[in-house]
Amino acid sequence: MTEPSPKNIIWYGELTTQGSLMKRGLGFLSPGMVWLLVLLVLPGLVLVAVSLITRGSYGQLLWNFTSENYTRLLGFSVFGWTADYLRILWRSVVVAFFTTLLSVVLAYPLSFFIAARPERTRYFWLTLVIVPFWTNMVIRTYAWFLILAPEMPLAKAAGWLGLVSAGSPLYPSAFAVYLGMISIFLPFVTLPLYASVERLDWSLVEAAQDLYASRIRVFTQAIIPQTMPGLSVGIILTFVPAMGMFVVPDMLGGAKYMLVGNLIQQQFGASRDWPFGAAISMGLMVLTMISLQLYRRKFREVELV
Amino acid sequence: MRRMHPVITSLALATMFFLYLPLAGVAVFSVNSARYGFVFQEFTFHWYAKLFTNQVVLEAAWNTLLLAMVSTIAATVIGTILAIGLARFPWGKKLETVLDVILHIPVVTPDIILAAALVVAFGLLQYVSSLFEPGMVNMILGHITFEISFVTLVVRSRLVAIGRDVEEAARDLFASNWYLLRHVILPLLLPGIVAGAMLAFTLSLDDFVISFFTFGPSSQTLPIYIFGAVRRGVTPEIHALSTLVILITVILVVGTERLTRKK
Repeated sequence: MTEPSPKNIIWYGELTTQGSLMKRGLGFLSPGMVWLLVLLVLPGLVLVAVSLITRGSYGQLLWNFTSENYTRLLGFSVFGWTADYLRILWRSVVVAFFTTLLSVVLAYPLSFFIAARPERTRYFWLTLVIVPFWTNMVIRTYAWFLILAPEMPLAKAAGWLGLVSAGSPLYPSAFAVYLGMISIFLPFVTLPLYASVERLDWSLVEAAQDLYASRIRVFTQAIIPQTMPGLSVGIILTFVPAMGMFVVPDMLGGAKYMLVGNLIQQQFGASRDWPFGAAISMGLMVLTMISLQLYRRKFREVELV
Repeated sequence: MRRMHPVITSLALATMFFLYLPLAGVAVFSVNSARYGFVFQEFTFHWYAKLFTNQVVLEAAWNTLLLAMVSTIAATVIGTILAIGLARFPWGKKLETVLDVILHIPVVTPDIILAAALVVAFGLLQYVSSLFEPGMVNMILGHITFEISFVTLVVRSRLVAIGRDVEEAARDLFASNWYLLRHVILPLLLPGIVAGAMLAFTLSLDDFVISFFTFGPSSQTLPIYIFGAVRRGVTPEIHALSTLVILITVILVVGTERLTRKK
């Protein structure tokens, strides 16, 4: 047997050279990567560039560079300073945060309940969570119109309690936005969380109980760490889209409860102010990245997918 | 089977009720003969029958399906090839990190940012070719883009899970590159590819924002149609249409589950 020449390598049973291996690898890599570069990375960079230019009076792009769009987002204009845009940005973070939190709070009992079903009916219950997950959010959002209508018990009860004036619907309102958001994102948390709950090692929970841990400590120290992988996926799958959500606030929040998603959509729709829309998108991007980074710092073992 | 505390059980059932209450409302009012108001008059399929004579709805349904199918097929092919490229070759640590970051962009950015970026990019491309006028082409390109990421991530994790022992054995038995791909990797990978394709299909059906930013006058999808229609007022036809969409979703979910559980 001859020794392989120094240029040859053995790569998982294949006698090859570094060069031909790389060439074949690039062949596999390039269609997808070229696609992502052209239609994801490049448009992203164009968006950054557009956020730094101005628009003409017909909405056309004028390529003179300026930081005007960003100072406008921070609230500065010829009329002085207002916190309007910053308030919308902050509100989006708050809504995304509480939507995620409340979805997690509801997803835990639901996942445990499903995991405790006997094998035969477990799939039935799981299917009940997957169906809304797969149903388009426009349908699931407008469906709340019916439940929140003035003729329905919920609005009537709120009317009696004096929470809203009698005979008015419960939307548009912050309450309706939260209802809509949580109902949409609950399955996003529940499904990955359930995958972790199903694999839970109950002996650790029992050990904690044997050692007289309180219910709260059992949950925080024996259950949360074990379900962390699924929980993290669920939190990211919820928080990220919730930050940019525009369907729910548009339909259930109205002009009074705008979120950053609506603001962006306005610039690309009615206002036709792409540079400002691009600048707001950058603001949203930065806020999302900061939030994810804070989360990752708190829970080190988080993986994104 | 483990017994759950009654509080957990009742919370879980209440949550389920909360999830289905609005959907049930839509279904109930879709078979109500009253055009306005919230009183149930009598049972009817009238609104369903009307849907099938509504050209706009039929066209929107066709567009939704076309968009989902074309984008899923393309994204599955491209994403699978990309996943093999990522998982099976010795790229350096640095390059791997860069590729990984690009791949995760659609996962960690709100979809409205991708939508905005595509609007701007297509807006500029319009100067080059009228192909990029808002419409089906743009929608398909946009959907493929975010679906590629998800397909690649799913297929890659499957590639990592099946390991390389079988491939190495095939190499030792003098399998060619093509033989290895066709008769070893792809069959082993099939469940991952199917799972990735189903995820892509779901994401496409679920999407509203990317479609809404890139659609043109002749490429309305069902979600866009419903979104526009309920602004003019909620009608029993919309309820009927939504109920049908939900029913089709149920069939898809159950069908997929049957398909994957056998394996």
